[in-house]
Amino acid sequence: MFSSHRGILLATALMLGASPLAVSGQESGYAGTYPFGTAATQADIDAWNKDVRPDGQGLPPGSGTFEKGQKIYAEQCATCHGENLEGIRDPNLPQGGGPALIGGRGTLNTSKFKITVESYWPYASTLYDYILRAMPYTAPSSLKPDEVYSLVGFILGRANIIDKKATMDAKSLPKVEMPNRNGFYPDNRPYPVKRYD
Amino acid sequence: MDRTHRSEILIGEPVAEGDLVRPPEEDCACKEGMFPKASRRQILRGGGLVTAAAATVLLAKRTLAADEDMAGSWTVPGQLAKSDYGTRSKFETAVRQATPAGTDALTPLQSLWGIITPSGLHFERHHNGVPAIDPAQHRLIIHGMVDRPMKYSVEDLKRFPSVSRIVFIECSGNSGGTARSATLKTAQAAHGLTSTSEWTGVRLSTLMSEVGVKDGAGWVLAEGADGAMLSRSVPIDKIMDDAFVAYAQNGEAIRPENGYPMRLILPGWEGNINVKWLRRLKLGDKPFMTREETEKYTDLITLTGKARQFSWVMEAKSLITFPSGDMRLPGKGFYEITGLAWSGRAPIERVEISTDGGKNWALASLQEPVLPKAHVRFRYPWHWDGSETIIESRATDQTGYVQPTKAFLTANEGVGPTYHYNGIQSWKISADGSVSNVLIA
Repeated sequence: MFSSHRGILLATALMLGASPLAVSGQESGYAGTYPFGTAATQADIDAWNKDVRPDGQGLPPGSGTFEKGQKIYAEQCATCHGENLEGIRDPNLPQGGGPALIGGRGTLNTSKFKITVESYWPYASTLYDYILRAMPYTAPSSLKPDEVYSLVGFILGRANIIDKKATMDAKSLPKVEMPNRNGFYPDNRPYPVKRYD
Repeated sequence: MDRTHRSEILIGEPVAEGDLVRPPEEDCACKEGMFPKASRRQILRGGGLVTAAAATVLLAKRTLAADEDMAGSWTVPGQLAKSDYGTRSKFETAVRQATPAGTDALTPLQSLWGIITPSGLHFERHHNGVPAIDPAQHRLIIHGMVDRPMKYSVEDLKRFPSVSRIVFIECSGNSGGTARSATLKTAQAAHGLTSTSEWTGVRLSTLMSEVGVKDGAGWVLAEGADGAMLSRSVPIDKIMDDAFVAYAQNGEAIRPENGYPMRLILPGWEGNINVKWLRRLKLGDKPFMTREETEKYTDLITLTGKARQFSWVMEAKSLITFPSGDMRLPGKGFYEITGLAWSGRAPIERVEISTDGGKNWALASLQEPVLPKAHVRFRYPWHWDGSETIIESRATDQTGYVQPTKAFLTANEGVGPTYHYNGIQSWKISADGSVSNVLIA
């Protein structure tokens, strides 16, 4: 799906000639490597290597449930995202409030489009990854894997994407089929037409 | 924040995201002068922005010698040099304009000259505030599909061969508030999420040859050290083409709000992928599909309900910064129309100006240097005959791409989240000289 990017970038590079970053001294001069920096240890990497991909790469051990997620949500999320995951607008909340997490299916091709986890997000892995790194807003990176799994289970359960009895873990999460999984296509600009009258 | 204002912007989306939020309409005292932010008080005190018409009036009211601020500077010794950072004249007042949620602050484009944005006026956009980072503690780790995972301090990076490049950075959401509304009054409020700086750092191609890229590595996850730990997937081709890790901005260390002590620079690409406070680059064989490249910064086309993804390039755009919204021309006569044009794809080829609402177009002159992927300054001499009209600018880059009209964009893209919005901006000049934002759909 995304293999065409290489072709586009190469074509662009050819069209524009040499990159402005190419400096003749660099090209003709020092050819070796540089003794700067230090080898990253496995501990260095493990401390930060927490991202999660759609195929499940990066998901840690642990698990969570709708029920546990419901409790965590009420304590840590509802203030900004609403008791019913409906989103809140309040200038006194960080970023003016948190977005709705559910609803909006069937609205994307209308002027009243509603972008939520339920209606728009193509991968469940993104929900895990984002909650772990960035939520809650006032205490990012504070949740443990079991808590994040539980929140994913709760939100996806409320969105009627998974069964409320399902357990979320490294095996089950990548198998979740999000409603808008096929709602995206790679950049197709510029338009193949003259863009003004 | 003004609720009604916000709901108007975010059709279908109940919560504001900073780069789609419009700032409040400022209470601007600028109608007294030609330029915004020149208050009546400043003009009366003899500040720098005295227009010909205003000056005539003012001179009748007082003599130069009576003005303490202006007269007699040559009659007393001046300020001696100090070992300090230095500040601008106390008469200069242009500032960034922050949104109520504090997630953005916009550059006062209408108050600036040339192409470089002063570092203190470079726009800000962040997803969980500006982190306080001690550069001595900061590390950049490069790992994943590499032969030699490495860890670099700021001082390590400074020892590598360096590169400097003047590059614009524009928030993907810039100008989105002008798509279907003309309520944002000034160039700053409507289009101020773009700025140009000279950035200095180390080429990613250099660092990649240091760590050794494994076969099959096609994507690089870039991650920041901010509270949002903002992360994006960057294709390896861009990394090897013209990407670099910058530690300096306009000759000094990068400002905290722009990524101190180091950030990614991907020339021509949407702002947020130029990851600030960069702490980690992870090579992999597939995109990572972070929130900032799925829910956010994808372009929902409401005509189809499908969304364009990985639309990184900021396409050609231009903006007249003088005369622009909320200014007032003192009378008919000569004015130099000026503004900025830029394209993330290729150097600007030409900028055309219309002074009759888009019926006729004439070439503006481009100030050298016309740098690729940087703001370009254009100018056009104009005699205003005093009658109401609309002025517009239209940029074309060297790929032949022409900045579209708003009508074209609506017809082709519908009414989605308006990332990458580059429709032609129209400013109306009223017979009384006042300049305002108008929507020509």
